[in-house]
Order: sequence, then structure tokens, then C-alpha cells
Amino acid sequence: MIAIAGVPLGAVILAFLVGSVLIWISSLVTKKTFDLGLPVTAYGAMLEGAGLTGNINGLINTLVQAGPLILGGLAVGVGFKAGLFNIGAHGQFLMGAVAGAGTGAAVASWPAPLAITAAILAGALVGGLWGFIPGALKAWTGAHEVVTTIMLNTIASTFIGYLVSGPLLAPGFSFDRTGDIGNAALPIIFGRNLHFGVIIAFVAVPLIWWLLWRSTLGFEIRTVGANPSAARYAGMRPARITIFTMSLCGLLAGLAGAIEITGITHFMNASYDTDVGFDSITVALLGRAHPLGITLAALLFGAMRAGAGLMQIQTQIPVEIVDILQAVVLLFIAADVIVRRVLRIRAAGPAVQELQTVTRSYGEQAAR
Amino acid sequence: MAVTVPALEMRGITKRYPGVLANDHIDLDLRPGEIHALLGENGAGKSTLMNILYGLAVPDEGEILLDGLAVTINGPSDAIARGISMVHQHFMLVPVLSVAENILLGEETMANAVFLDRSEAHRRIVDLGHRFGFEIDPEARVGSLSVGWQQRVEILKALYRQARILVLDEPTATLTPQETSEIFAVLRRLAAEGHSIIFISHKLYEVLEIADRITVIRRGRVVGTRIPSATNEDDLAEMMVGREVQLTVDRGESHPGDPALRIEGLRVSDDRGHEVVKGVDLEVRAGEILGVAGVAGNGQDELVEAMTGLRKPAAGSIHLSGSDITGWSPRRLRDFGVGYVPGDRQRYGLVLPFPVEDNLVLTSYHRQPFAKGGVRNDGAIDDWATESIRDYDIRTPSATVPTGTLSGGNQQKVIVAREFSGQPRLLVLDQPTRGLDVGSIEFIHRQAIAKRDAGTAVLLVSAELDEVLELSDRIAVMYRGEIVATRDGRTADREEIGLLMATGGREPIETATTTMVAAE
Repeated sequence: MIAIAGVPLGAVILAFLVGSVLIWISSLVTKKTFDLGLPVTAYGAMLEGAGLTGNINGLINTLVQAGPLILGGLAVGVGFKAGLFNIGAHGQFLMGAVAGAGTGAAVASWPAPLAITAAILAGALVGGLWGFIPGALKAWTGAHEVVTTIMLNTIASTFIGYLVSGPLLAPGFSFDRTGDIGNAALPIIFGRNLHFGVIIAFVAVPLIWWLLWRSTLGFEIRTVGANPSAARYAGMRPARITIFTMSLCGLLAGLAGAIEITGITHFMNASYDTDVGFDSITVALLGRAHPLGITLAALLFGAMRAGAGLMQIQTQIPVEIVDILQAVVLLFIAADVIVRRVLRIRAAGPAVQELQTVTRSYGEQAAR
Repeated sequence: MAVTVPALEMRGITKRYPGVLANDHIDLDLRPGEIHALLGENGAGKSTLMNILYGLAVPDEGEILLDGLAVTINGPSDAIARGISMVHQHFMLVPVLSVAENILLGEETMANAVFLDRSEAHRRIVDLGHRFGFEIDPEARVGSLSVGWQQRVEILKALYRQARILVLDEPTATLTPQETSEIFAVLRRLAAEGHSIIFISHKLYEVLEIADRITVIRRGRVVGTRIPSATNEDDLAEMMVGREVQLTVDRGESHPGDPALRIEGLRVSDDRGHEVVKGVDLEVRAGEILGVAGVAGNGQDELVEAMTGLRKPAAGSIHLSGSDITGWSPRRLRDFGVGYVPGDRQRYGLVLPFPVEDNLVLTSYHRQPFAKGGVRNDGAIDDWATESIRDYDIRTPSATVPTGTLSGGNQQKVIVAREFSGQPRLLVLDQPTRGLDVGSIEFIHRQAIAKRDAGTAVLLVSAELDEVLELSDRIAVMYRGEIVATRDGRTADREEIGLLMATGGREPIETATTTMVAAE
């Protein structure tokens, strides 16, 4: 157990310690006081805001924040399982979101179940397309997905700006935005804002688990990720697997994007942006690319985001500390030797083999 | 003659790991200028003992003495500082760097605080090469060197660090017979200069040739130490395994049936577009073993790849049981009854992080009973794994441990269990016993003969001439992409085959063996 969860847990613990130091420094600078217990108070407020001390609204917020990270984490994690580094979750998310917004506006007057399905499906399919492109490029030309997906991220973020201000522009508003999605909005199933999309996210977890470990396709995906040469020898087709996996990753991220729109904002403005795509990378690494780990990591990050507001109110520590904490977690995962040295964790094998996908060479999986 | 202090003495070395006593009061002594061979099956404890010597593990009991003084070795850098260097079986070289850069890595010769002193390093490297009988080019890119020369660079790394004691782990595993003699010449000169060498190997005949003394380890204990003149292969094998080992399995009479595999005019090119299989004609009958003998690099890899669907032939045809299988995909071939044991088992034959049971169904996971409609049937896989582990005597704690934790011999048994199962029409065996201990070799040879007797056509490709001679009913010699001779396995002459392998039947060409030549 230590071998698997040691580094992620260690990274989180160390990150919170680093955060404590920052909290001390920040209060020294702004209030000229050194309060030893301030980190404990701050983290305590964060826990409370996340609902972990019993308040339902906090819990709901945690789940709502975690939902897209679950899907995004799966979008990156499934890629890792196939030996692919899907940095493109951001772009795939945005494309899914704009597809959801545009479709939602177009079907706003349809009966709700149809409208919702159409909007979500559109988001998933467009996200899938945004994953198919780098997958096909890798399979047919060997172009490394890290490069292509980063480029596609940029293309996506400018493209959605064009769409919102152009073909999808809704008349009559004081700023550029898409039309209201009307019946395509995801229903609220509990409290003020627990929307159905959270359920979709949680349902995806066992489905992806089943795909990876119970289906022959999942076996092929994992084999291509673990040893592409042996996969070819065994009669598998790494090229096809790569294309399928990247498309699936795109689909998951696009689904997350569509859910964001249809569940929370109900429209998209021209300058829409979000961190979910990139946070998903950290979530996937923290969760060791396993659906269960990803869920736990997503809940952790969701809790941090949900609780940050109350922390800021109660202790004046700015919410940006959450960004710092998440970044430090990622840092420690990447430099896992630090965690292993400090906490004396012995890993059975490479502690975070998922990161080794970054250094896979060009052209390794190009179909011959 | 005065009694010389041993260069190295390991006394009563004991090391326990959870569940296993890896080293049980092992005594080993190494005289100055001696080549001392260490023999043992995988898992016998040789690696643990050497890890202790090299500072990678700490013994629970026992002591180490260097030149008569007791020492504690705290890690590899301490070992190196004390003059102990290890040359590993799997080279630790950076292919894109030069010879000098590889040697300097970790032991940089500096001109001043910032810059390397390349000319001094070059001078030292060339000098070292001369002292031990070869011309080395420090600027050559390591990736372009042949395996034999890479081995020499590894040895130079040790010498550059002023090693007095060299530990060589399976140094000849990847060398041709010619390269092996050249390395042996280097080792003899090293010994003559007072360096002491521990030589770990599986190859009994080599050990008898090069070693001054041989120590056999079995299950963590020293079984005995012999002088080569007082022992032989059978004696050593029996010590290693604990029972009599048939070093040469009696293959008995073959009863071949109809031609099963027919290769006609096959031409195959390598990755760079050079034609390396130049019109090969071969025939293997059902119930027969055809051995393709040849030095590695004469087109055998590409021939095997063409027959197993991993490479498309440029011309020619392959027929199996009457069907034209030229250019078929690996999956189609497998489903048609072609089994393939690849030469590089860790790269092509296994997914090491996966559980043993997954590797046992690596080529059949998509078929009934292991899967139906795309859904895995874990129960069927479980049953099959239990059966295979039993039938093929695979030593593993369970079917679910990562395959990488198994020894080399047992990993190969996993592949054999997988590929030999069912009634394959054709079995392609590529270096099936490379790097394995005598017990595993015996087992796999018996299995291959059993398959032959059951009617499978077996194509054996091996650089080990003895293996080819032992198993093959017919022998074909491959040289520079062509079959230059075929002989009957019962009457084949070892000398003649060896000569055909080396020269292709032409007049021998003068080869400059002591000057570095970049591999093609």
C-alpha cells in the first residue's frame, strides 16, 4: 500500500506543510504578527467550508467542484494508462463546453431530457474529436501528443472566443455570450446547486474501471501503455489503441466541459476560461492514474476549492493559496525523490511511472 | 612460495530477506591476479553476494576483507573508491555520448574547476586500451559500436576508476564466439597485471576455459570450489542444480510428416531499407526441428520477423499447411496456429509489470474461453494460469505477482507455457535459452522435443551452436542473408558448421579484430 499511495499522500502532506510556512510569512508581512496556530485555523476553516465538519452546503460545494475534476482526471489518467500524456484536457474541455453551450442554446425549447442529452452528447463528441486529432497524428506520423495537444489547447481557447462572438452570439445582451440553454440545463437534484452532472461524473468512475480491467479493449490499452513492443508481438494494434484512447480522453474532458455549462453557468461568454483542464493533470498524477485514486484526489481538490472561501473570510488568507498548494503537490509528485527522502518511503518500483510517458520518444508508436 | 594475502575475502556472509535466506554463511576468497568464476542458477544468491560486495546491500552477518584488512563498504561510490568495480550484464552506457564521455561520467577528469580535461582523458583511455591489447577511439559514439566493443568500454570504465577487483556479470551473454575469445584475451592480460576478476556466468564451457578457480553456489550456500582441471561440465551442472542434469537432451528419432512450412525466395529488408534476407528457401516438415545456425546479425532477426507477422517481406512467399501466410498479421498467424518465442523476451515476449496470468494469456486474451464479446473471463484465465504454472513448473508465489519478479528462467517458462499450448502447427523459437541456467535449459529443450514428437513443425534460430546441434533434426546455416548449407542433424560436423557460420563457405577474409570498427 505504501508503495502505491506513499508518494501521493506524502506529496499532499508536504504541500500542506509548505502552505503553512507561506501562511506564516503572509501574516507576518501583512499583519506584522506571527501566529503559530494560524495554519491550523486556516486549514480548519477550509475543512469547515468544504463541509467536512458537517455543513451540508459545504459538502455540496465540494462535490460540485470535484465533479469536473473527476472527469478531467479520468481524461488524463486513461491516457497515462495507454502511455500517452494528455495535456490537451484543457482544450478538449473548452471545446466540449462551447459545444454544450451552442447546442444547448439551439435546443433550449426541446423537452428537457432530449435537450439535456443533446447538449451533453454534443460536448462529449466535440471533445472526442479534439482528442482524436492528436491521437491520429501520433498514430500516423509519430507526432508526440504533448506538443500537439498543447497547440490544440491554444487553438481551442481562441476558437471558442470566435464562436461566442460570432456564430453563437446571442442578441440582446450587453456583452458577448451564447444564448440561454433553457431546457438543456441539468436539473438540480439536491440543495441549491448539486446538479445532475456530479452524478454523471461519479457514474463514469466504475465504467472506466470496468473498461480498463474487465474488457479486452482495456487490456489492450494497458498493454500498449506498459510495453508497446510486446503489444505488437501479441497481435494488438498500438496505432488503433492510441487513436481510440485519445478520443476517449477527449470525450471525457469534453463531457466535463459540457456539464460545466449545462450544470452551472448555463451560457458561455467570450472570455470563458477555467483551470479544470490543467488541474486534472495534477489530479490524475495524484491519483496514480487509477479511477479510485483519481476520485479521491478530485474530492481533495474539490474540498480545497470549496473551503477556500470560508478560509479567506475567517482568516484573511487569500483563496489563491489553494492554487499554490495544488502546484506544490504537483511539484512534489514530479520530484518524488524529495518526498521519498523526507518521509523515508521506499517505492517498489518507479514511484510515479505515469510521468515516464513524458519522455517517450517521437515516432515510437507510429504505425509501420 | 610465500602465502599471498587474498585480494578479497568474504567470510561467513549471511543475508536474509523477508521469506528467504539469500546468502547462508558464504565464504569466498579471491587471490591477486586470479580469475575466479561464480556459478549458480538464478536465485541461487550470486547477485545478492555481489550486491553486498558492491555496497548495494549490507550483510546481516559476516565480514569482508580487502588485502587482509576488514572493511565496511558503504555504497557503490565507496566500493569504487576501494577499487571494486562491477561490469553489469545489461550495459550502463549512454548511446548518444562518446566512449570518453561515457567513461568520464561520474569520474570526471577536470582541467580546472569548470572544464573537463578531454585531452588528458583521451590519453589515459588510449593508454589503457593499449595496455590490454586494443586500439580504442575515445571519440567514437557508443551507440555505433558493436556489442563486443561496448563490452570493452564497460571494462575500461572500471579500469579508469583504478579498479583492482572487477566483477563481471555474464560478460559474454551477448557476444559472438569470436568476440568472446577476444574479451578472454583482455581478461587474461588484466589478470597478468595483478587485477583480480570475479566472473559470473551460466556458460559452463566458458567458465572451464577462462577461470583459475570455480565456486558453485546453490540456494544461498557454497556447494564447492573447484579447479577446472579437476572438474567437468557434468560435475559443475550437478553441483549447480543438486541433481544430475542432462546437459545434452537425447532428442531421439524424429518421425517427420508432410512439409508444413515452406519458405520460397524470401527477401526482407531491415529498418534502413537494406536487404538482409536475400532469397531464402527453407522447408520444415511436421514433427521435425529445423535449426538455423548463424552468428547474430546475418538476417535471422528479419527472417523471424517476416515469419511472425512483424515485418512485411519484400518478395517471396511463406506457406504453412498449404495456406499462403505471407504478410499475415501477428494475430492472424497466432489464430492459425503459429507460436513464437521471441529472442528479446523482456521487450517482446512479456509485459513485466503485469501479473503472471495476464502474460499467460497475452496472445489469447481475446479468444474464448478467456473472453467473450470483449469481456474478460477472469475465472477461465485463473484456471488456465493454475494449470500452466503446474504443468510447466513455473516457480512463482502466485499467478498474480508482477512477472518482472520472476527469475529469467521462469519468465521464459511463462512464454513457453503460452506459446507451446494447444496444438501449434509451427513453433518459431528465437534464442529460446539465452541467459538461462542449466535447469531451465534442460526443461525447455525437453518441451521442444515433446512438441516435435506431437507433430509440430519447429523452427529453431539460435546463436548457440551447441543448442542447434543438440536439438535439430536438420540444420541450415545462415550467412549474410542466405542459406549457405543444409545438413542432416545426425551427421553434422561441429567444426564444419562453425566454419560455415563464420565464413559462409568462402575463403576466410582477413579481419582486423583488434582495431575498433563501427558496427554497420
